[in-house]
Order: sequence, then C-alpha cells, then structure tokens
Amino acid sequence: MIAELGLAALWLAASLALLQLALAAFGLKQGREDLLGGVRPVAVTQALLVALAFLCLVLLFLRSDMSVLLVAMNSHSAKPWLYKFAGTWGNHEGSMLLWVTVMGVAGAGVALFERTLRRDTHMATLGAQAAISLGFYAFLLFSSNPFARLDPPAPDGQGLNPLLQDPGLAFHPPTLYLGYVGLSVAFSFAVGALMTRNVDAAFARAMRPWVLGAWVLLTLGITAGSYWAYYELGWGGWWFWDPVENASLMPWLAATALLHSVTVLATRDALRAWTVMLAVVAFSMSMVGTFLVRSGILTSVHAFAVDPERGSFILALLAIYIGGALALFGLRVGTVREGEQFEMMSREALLVVNNLLLTVILGVVLIGTLYPLMTEAFGHKVSVGPPYFDRIAGPLALILMLAMIVGPLTRWRRDRAGVVAGRLLWPAIVMLGLVAVLAVTAWGRIGVLPFLGLVVAGGVALGSLIPLTKRNLRRTPLFIWGMVIAHLGCAVSLAGMASESAFNVEKLIAMAPGDSVETAGWTVRFDRVAPIAGDNWTAMQADVSASRGGATARLRPQSRFFTSPPTTTTESAILTKWDGQLYVVLGDRLDDGRWQMRIWWKPFVTLIWLGGVLIALGGVLAIIGRERRGWALKLRQIRAGEFG
Amino acid sequence: MRALLCFLLALLLVQPVLAQTALPPAPYADRQLDDPAQEKKARDLMLTIRCLTCQSQSIADSNASMAGDLRSEIRQRIAAGEEPEHIRQWLIERYGDWISYEPTADPILWPLWGLPILLLIVGGLIAMGRIRRRGKKGDGA
Repeated sequence: MIAELGLAALWLAASLALLQLALAAFGLKQGREDLLGGVRPVAVTQALLVALAFLCLVLLFLRSDMSVLLVAMNSHSAKPWLYKFAGTWGNHEGSMLLWVTVMGVAGAGVALFERTLRRDTHMATLGAQAAISLGFYAFLLFSSNPFARLDPPAPDGQGLNPLLQDPGLAFHPPTLYLGYVGLSVAFSFAVGALMTRNVDAAFARAMRPWVLGAWVLLTLGITAGSYWAYYELGWGGWWFWDPVENASLMPWLAATALLHSVTVLATRDALRAWTVMLAVVAFSMSMVGTFLVRSGILTSVHAFAVDPERGSFILALLAIYIGGALALFGLRVGTVREGEQFEMMSREALLVVNNLLLTVILGVVLIGTLYPLMTEAFGHKVSVGPPYFDRIAGPLALILMLAMIVGPLTRWRRDRAGVVAGRLLWPAIVMLGLVAVLAVTAWGRIGVLPFLGLVVAGGVALGSLIPLTKRNLRRTPLFIWGMVIAHLGCAVSLAGMASESAFNVEKLIAMAPGDSVETAGWTVRFDRVAPIAGDNWTAMQADVSASRGGATARLRPQSRFFTSPPTTTTESAILTKWDGQLYVVLGDRLDDGRWQMRIWWKPFVTLIWLGGVLIALGGVLAIIGRERRGWALKLRQIRAGEFG
Repeated sequence: MRALLCFLLALLLVQPVLAQTALPPAPYADRQLDDPAQEKKARDLMLTIRCLTCQSQSIADSNASMAGDLRSEIRQRIAAGEEPEHIRQWLIERYGDWISYEPTADPILWPLWGLPILLLIVGGLIAMGRIRRRGKKGDGA
C-alpha cells in the first residue's frame, strides 16, 4: 500500500506542477489576478505531496519491503537502520526522487517567504520552478519509477555497497543535492526576471540568500565528500579530479562566481546581464553534473550507448532547459539596461577578475572532463587527469587567491592604485618572507605549485583579516565577518593542500606482529592482529601503537569483509595531531605471515577540510547578516496575522 | 554523487581477494625502493599512470591487482636505471594512450591546452573593453 500511495502522491505532485506552470503562464499573459492567486497555494501543496512520496520511499526502505524492486536491489534486512535510511538515496531512482522533493520544497519556500520581489517576477519565478520540476517528474515517472513492485517478492535484498555504508556518505549526497537544487531557484529567479524585464538591485537582493545557501551546502558537500574519499578509500588521497568530483566542483565554481557578481548587482547595481547569465550557467552545471553521473557516460561513451534511455532523457532535459534559458537570455538581454559604471581600479573591477578567473577554471574543468568523451567518440581513447588539471587550474586558482587579497581592500566604484598598494604592504612582506624561508629550507624538495601555494596561503591569511582593522569589531556587520572568515578559510584550505602535497611522508612496509618502524619522527609498532565482527561484516583488526616524544596512541586499522554484497574494504586508522595526521592502513597478509602496512604522515592535512568548514561558516554568517532584518519583519507579520 | 564511482570501485575491490589465492602479489607492488630518489621518480610516474580496471584512479592509489602489478613493474624498471619517460612510452605502446594521464603532444590534445588560454584572453579582452568604456563614460558624466 505504501508504494502505491507514494506513486499516487508523485503523480499528483507532477500534475500540480503542471497546474502551477499553467496558472503562472496564463495569469501573467492575460493579467488575470484570479489565476495568479492560485500559484502559491498550488506550489505549497505540490511540495507537501512530493515530500509525502519521498517519505513513503523512506518507510519502504526502513521496513525492508522486499516486494519493491528498488528496495530489493539496494537494501538488505540485516543492515543497520541508518544505512537503510540513507540507502533511500544511495541509488538512481531514490536520488532523483530526493532531487524533485528538494526542488518542490524549495519552490514552496520561494512561494511562502519571498516578499521583496515584484509580484509579476515572483509569479514568473514560481512558474519557471514548476517547469523545471515538471521535467524531473516526467523523468521519474516515465523512466525511473522508484515504487515499481517486484512479484514475487525477493527473499532478501542485494545490499548496499559497503563503501557507502559510512555516516559521512549517508549525508554527503543530500547536502550536495540541496546545493544543486538551491541553484535551480537562482535559475528560476533569473528566468523570472528576464520574462518580466526586471533585472536590478532589488532582484539581486531577493536572489542572494538562495545563492548563498546553495553555495554553503555545495561547499559542505564537497568538503565532506573529499574527507570521505580520504579516509574510506585507504590511500590518503583527498582529491582525484575524478569526473564525479568534477561534477560537484563545476556548480560550486559557478555558484562562487555568482555569489560575488550578485553582490555587485545588489550593492552597486552593476553587472546585470552577466549575473543573470551566471545564474543560468550555475544550474546548468548542476544538471550537466547530474547527467554525467546518472547516464553512465563517464565509464565510456559506449556504456551510454548500451542503455541510452536515462541518459537521453536527462540530455533532452538539459537541452530544453539550458537551451530555452539561453534563448530567452539572447532575446531579452537587449532590454536589460546597462548597470552602473565603474573604473579599472575599483572593487567591481576586481570582482570581474574574480568572475573571469572562476569562469575560466570552470571552463578548464568542463573541457577536461568532457574531452576524453569527445575523443573516444572519434575512436581515440585518451585520459585527462591530475597532471592537466593541476597545471592549468592550479596557477589560475593561485592568481584568483591573489586577487582575493586585493579585492576587499579596494573601494567600490573608484580607488587610487597607490593607496591600494599601500594597504597591500603587510601581505606582500609576509609573502616575500615565506619565499625566503621556503627557498632556504625546502628548495628543490618540493614542487613549484605547493611552494607557491604555501606562499599565497600566507598572504591571503593575513590579507583576509585586514578588512577588520580600524573597525570596532563589535559593530562590524555580520556579512563583513562572513567575507573575512570565508576568505580566511580559502587560505587555510590552500595551506593544507600545499602542505600535504609538499611534505607528505609515505612508508610502505611488510610487518610481523611485534615489529616496529620509524617514519617522520614517529615510532609505529605493530602489536597484534585479531579477527573481529560487526553488524554485517567481519574484519581483521590490527593493534598499532604510534609514539612520538614520549606520548603513545593506539590505532586500529581494519580490513573488512562484507557478505552482502561480498566486498572487502580497508578501514584506515587516523591519528589527528595539531600538526597533521598519521594515517595507517592494514593491507594483505603475505605468504611469509607478515602483513602489508601503509603508513603516511600528512603534515597539516586537516587544514584542507577545516578551511572548507570555515568557508561554509562564512557563508552562513553572510546570510544571517544580510537577511536578519527581513526575517524579523516576516516574524512580525506572522504574529500580526498578515501571513499568506 | 559518488554512488557510481563507489559501485564500480566495490566491484574492483572484490577482485584482488579472488585473485590472491591464485597468484602471489608482485614483489614491489607495495614495497618502496631503498633509494629515496629512485622511489620518488617511481612514485611521480605512478601518479600519472591510470589504473585500467578502476574508475578514474591512478595506479599509485588503487587496491586493484593490476595496479599492484604495474607499480611493481615500474619500481623494478626504475631500479634497473630506466628513465620514467621511457617506461611511460613502453606502457603507452602496450596499453594505448589511455593509460597515461600525462597529456601527449598528439595534435588531438592541442585544443585541450588552447581552449583555456583562448577563454582567458577573450574573456579578459571583453571585460577590459567594457570597464574602459564604462570608465570613459563615467568621466564624461
């Protein structure tokens, strides 16, 4: 019954999305207020129904209902409940249902809480949101029904991939999806504003919290994903330039550019057309990412050709939405009035540099990700990987970071180059000092990119704090704090990346219980190894003691064996110290009875993710700082009964 | 978003277990060379060689048995004094261009380098042009 209820709710939600689109379209075209009045209630009802459908699927997974095909394919009755729950979106159909659910709920949010936007733009935005949802509803209902029954029911499920049975990964995909879909709202805003010819500062202020929110979630999602890959894959790598990672990085790059340009538009009423364009690009990148991951095209062009239905469907959606939005942009860009003026030496100009570099990096990631697919189509298989991305995107990112020092220290509209240079004195001194220190201590031992990375990180770390000087810290607006902390986070993260790349120490060794080994100032002793059992796995667990300067810590790396499906995973053991992480992996047992161990000392590697969290925190502060007043007003309205 | 990657990875992780009983692991798969300079050379090369049975991983960080075999092969060749680029050529001849992440000078890859530079130049010119124009207008106003 639950499955049928879910499917019915999904169909109803889809019909309401169609109704929402029709009401908005005809209401605006014919100027009929009676039709427009229905848009917001319909949007809210649609969200409730799609949420109900999602809830039904969650229930089916929690109850391990093996008469539902999706549950039987992806779950197992012996799994811990958290992974039954997370298993709901650990598969294609479930994740697409999560996607439309978030999209519907975000649409309801726009319907309920958006008050500053002009009425016609608001309605056009809701219509556009419904139009996007409709495509994904169709995708679910016609080619990926999550509620399909299995007759007769399976005795038990096939199980969830053990690599996914990890708390980090349980919440990483929903975070990213929330971010992707937040960008769909920005996209709808852009389409709405183009339709009603209403691109101005007020529009930017209405769109900004959605962009910031989506960006915060994308940042957290990418950070969490990177840490998951780091500890779960067992090789100590934190970024692989894997197409799946790139798929999440591209929307983030576009969102980062967008949040800067939307601020220019909101504050100075400049960069109008460009901001609208970026809003379109940002969500397009979300959809391109979904297409790449969901169509199977990443493994091979030929894998896509074998089962082209889903891939073609997403490709068609991509073409309709992106093509449609770009066509609308082309038609209406002429009517977007040129915004305010600014000069070469101004904060606006530096934010243009930011946008330009982010866009080029985005282009590099996109080209690099798609290029192997294109050459494969011509019969020539090539690989584009870390050497390419590091070499091109790395230097561009460093230049971007340098601009990040200058931007916040430059005035809006017009500034004098000499004065700005004066403000840059201290960061310049720090960077020169770092060059000198590193040249003496590490020249020739570390690569060029890590070297420059450490130098720039130092400069940005100091530079990011300068906007706080000469201010009363208590009266400094929250959004300034947000900017400072986010920029500081970039420096922290960069320092971690550069330090890990430059100073990582690797030790691969075969050890018998009782052996010990010295590496990077640590004495690592392999005490014993013993079998251990968990809920749905068995493992060999090593007891390792690591000592440095008199203090000893215990580490317990495991080699886990899961039965459903049969898989081994390595559970690395990580010891976190203030100056880095000791990373120990238990490998295979050799013929002579010794065990293969992999030991890494990764100086300051934790800064990578600490930086990511700081960046997200900066975003949260910026949202609160900008929106606090609006929220307070809204609360008063609700209390006064003016709601709805 | 990583579901696909993980699924494929999981499939691969099963294989070494099955293979283990049949064949002893390659001697230098997870054993470093004694000379740190040689090990660094080998490591730098491994980072740019693709694991053919994995999804987007280099052989330097993969559990697949094929990756282990190639690591061992590379370490032994480096220890014997062979140059990394020579080993790469040998690998490419054997497995095709696909195995190397390091882009070759093949004309098919020129756009890969050209497009970003073109994007930067064109974007930069447009931005400069607009700011200049705005600046002049601003002065006139």
